[in-house]
Amino acid sequence: MGKCMQGFLDEQFMELEELQDDVNPNFVEEVATLYFKDSARLINSIDQALERGSFDFNRLDNYMHQFKGSSSSIGASKVKTECTMFREYCRVGNAEGCLRTFQQVKKEHATLRKKLEHYFQASQ
Amino acid sequence: MLNPGQGRGPDSGVAGGSSNSDPFPAGLRVLVVDDDPTCLMILERMLRTCLYRVTKCNRAEIALSLLRKNKNGFDIVISDVHMPDMDGFKLLEHVGLEMDLPVIMMSADDSKSVVLKGVTHGAVDYLIKPVRIEALKNIWQHVVRKKRNEWNVSEHSGSVEETGQREDGDNNSSSANNEGSWRSSRKRKEEEVDEQGGDDKEDASSLKKPRVVWSVELHQQFVAAVNQLGVDKAVPKKILEMMNVPGLTRENVASHLQKYRIYLRRLGGVSQHQGNMNHSFMTGQDPSFGPLSTLNGFDLQALAAAGQLPAQSLAQLQAAGLARPPSLSKPGMSVDQRSIFSFENPKIRHGQMMNSGGGGNKQMNLLHGVPMGMEPRQFAGGGQMRVQQQQQQLSGGRAVGQNVQSSGMMMPVGGGPSMLQQQQQVMLSSSVPRRSETSSGSRVLPAAATTQSVVFNNFSSELPRNSFPLASAPGISVSYQEEVNSSDAKGGAGFGNPSYDIFNSYPQQYNNNNDWDLQNMGMVFNSHQDTTASAAFSSSSSTQRTRAEHVQNHHQQQQFPSQSLNHMNGGGSVRVKSERVAETVTCPPATTLFQEQYNQEDLMSALLKQEGLPLVDNEFDFDGYSLDNIPV
Repeated sequence: MGKCMQGFLDEQFMELEELQDDVNPNFVEEVATLYFKDSARLINSIDQALERGSFDFNRLDNYMHQFKGSSSSIGASKVKTECTMFREYCRVGNAEGCLRTFQQVKKEHATLRKKLEHYFQASQ
Repeated sequence: MLNPGQGRGPDSGVAGGSSNSDPFPAGLRVLVVDDDPTCLMILERMLRTCLYRVTKCNRAEIALSLLRKNKNGFDIVISDVHMPDMDGFKLLEHVGLEMDLPVIMMSADDSKSVVLKGVTHGAVDYLIKPVRIEALKNIWQHVVRKKRNEWNVSEHSGSVEETGQREDGDNNSSSANNEGSWRSSRKRKEEEVDEQGGDDKEDASSLKKPRVVWSVELHQQFVAAVNQLGVDKAVPKKILEMMNVPGLTRENVASHLQKYRIYLRRLGGVSQHQGNMNHSFMTGQDPSFGPLSTLNGFDLQALAAAGQLPAQSLAQLQAAGLARPPSLSKPGMSVDQRSIFSFENPKIRHGQMMNSGGGGNKQMNLLHGVPMGMEPRQFAGGGQMRVQQQQQQLSGGRAVGQNVQSSGMMMPVGGGPSMLQQQQQVMLSSSVPRRSETSSGSRVLPAAATTQSVVFNNFSSELPRNSFPLASAPGISVSYQEEVNSSDAKGGAGFGNPSYDIFNSYPQQYNNNNDWDLQNMGMVFNSHQDTTASAAFSSSSSTQRTRAEHVQNHHQQQQFPSQSLNHMNGGGSVRVKSERVAETVTCPPATTLFQEQYNQEDLMSALLKQEGLPLVDNEFDFDGYSLDNIPV
C-alpha cells in the first residue's frame, strides 16, 4: 500500500493482503470489487431514504451499520469514520447532520474507489 | 505439518500456527453466516487459511436449514448479529437449541450491551468486526470446550448417558461391584422405566455419546408432548414419538422426563412456599411459561455457569421463553438455583448436601437446568392442583399419605423439607394407588408412599435442586412416577428410590426384584440407622413382604431414577449408599429438627417392620418420612 493510500486504508487492508497468496492471487481485488458493489447498493438505499425526507433514523442507522461493517472489513478507515459520524447524528436525530455527513461518506467512498482502482491496476 | 515445505497446503499448518505434527484443528467445519458479502468473503478466506472447512451463508434461514439437514455436518457456527431476515441472536438460540453447536457472534457493533446479549444468549464468543484472522485461529477451542462440558454435564445431569462410571468418586463406600452393577442396573432401569425391558444398553457403553442438550425448544417440545399425554401418563416412548426429534432416544426422553417430574414437584412446593422465589412457579397455575422462565432462566444460567448445562441449552431454554441467561459456566449460578429452590425446602437442600456437598450444588444446578425449560404448564395443570390438595393435607398434619396420593405434586406446605417430602409423597401416593392395584395390592400402597418420602430424604441432600431430592438417587420420585405409570407391577416404587440407594451400596443385582429381598432390606436399614429414608420405607410398608416387594420392584424402578441421582451427586454420590442416605436425612438439624426426630421414629418403625413387626401407623410413617425426607 503506497503513500497514496495512507489514511484511506488501515491495517485491516493489510490483513487482507496477507490472505492473498498463490492460490488466491487476486483476493484483495475481489474483495474490493465486492465491497464497492455492495456498498453502492447501500448508498443508494440511504440516498433514497434521505430524499424521502422522512428521516427514519432507525432505518438509516441500520443501513449505515451495514455500510460501516463492510467498510471496516476492507480497512476503509476514512469511510468508516464518516459512517460513525452519520450514525451519531442518527442517534441524536439530527437530520441535518445526517445529510451533511452522508455527503462526506459518499465522497470518501468515491475517493477510495478511485485509489483502489489505481492500486490494483498498478499491481497487476 | 507433515510437509512443512508445502506452503499453504493442508499439511503446512501454517495458517493454524499450530505445531506441525498435529493437524488439528484443521478440518474444523465452520458455518459462517453474514448478510454482508464482503465480510463473508473475507471470513471465508480467513477460515480457509486456518485450514478450516468453511461453508458460507448469507441468510440465517438458509443457515438453519443447512444445519438441520446436516445435524452433524458442522462443528461451529459464526454468525453476524445484524441480519435482515433473522436476528443473529435468534439464530444463536435456534442453533443452540436444535443442534447444540457452539456459536460465535460477530458484529461491527462493539457496544457492551450487544456483547452482553451475546453472552446471555449463549454465544461462546463475540468478535468485533473487522475480524482479524488471529481471532479465528482459535475458534476451535470452543468446539473442544463444548464437547468437554457436555460430557461432564451428562455425567452429572442424570441423563441417560452413562456417567455412572464417573461418579465413583462419591461412592467410596460402594464396592466396585455395586458401582458397576449399580450403574448398569441404573441404566438398565432407566431403560426399563417404562418398558421393563432392558432394552437399551446402547448408551451404556458410550461414554462418549453426545449428550442430548435439552434446549429450550426441545424442552418445549417435550413439555408439549408430555402435556398432551398427561403428566402422569406420559411415557418416554410416546413422548419420543410425539416429539419426533431425530437423534433423540427414548433414553434421553426418559431421563429428561424424570427430571421434569421432579422439577414439577418442586415447582409445586415452591410456589406454595415461595411466592417470590419463583414467581414463575407461583404462576405455575397458569400455563404461561413466562414467570417460570425467569426462574428457569435463572437456573439455566446457573447451570450453564456451573458448566453443567451447556451454554447453548441454557440459552435456548431461556430463549424459549425464559429469561435467557446462557452463561456458560458459572458455578455461582448454581448456587443461586439452589437458593431458589432451597427457599422452599431449604432443608432439603441441606439434607441433600450431605453426600454431595459441593455436588449438591452442582446437582442442583444440573437438575435445575434441566427442568428449567419445562413449562409450568404441567405443573399448573396437574401439579398445582395436586399440590394444593397436598397442602391441605399436609397442613392437616400427617395425613399425608392419603392426601399425598391425591395430589400429584407435592407441595411442601409444611415447610421446606416437608414440602419436598410431601411432594414426593404426593407423587408417591398418586402412583401408589396404581401400584397397589397392579402390584401386590394394598400393601404396595403404603409402602410406596413411604418409599417416596424416604427417598426424598435420601436424595434431598443430594439434589438440592430437585424438590425431589431423591430424584438424584434412584430417581425415586421421578422414576417412581414413571414406574408407576408404566409398570403397575412395581409395587415397590416407593421403595425403589431410597432403597435403591441403599441397595446400591450392597452388591446386589439391580436388575431384578429378585435381587432384593427382605434380607437385603433389612441389611440396608439396619446398617443405616440414620437413614430414615430407608427406615421410612420399610416402615411405611405395612408388611415386610410388601417392602420386599417394593424394594424389588422399586429397585427396578429406581434404576431409572438412580441414574439421575447419581448424576446429581456427581456420580458416586448418587449411589446413595445407605450411609449417605442417613446423612441426608439427618442433615440440617435446624430446620429438620423436628423431622429428624420424626425420622428416627420412622426409622425405627422401618426397622421394626423389617423385622416383621406390624407397621404402626402407615399414615404416621408416611408423614414422618416426608418430613424426614426433606432435610430442608
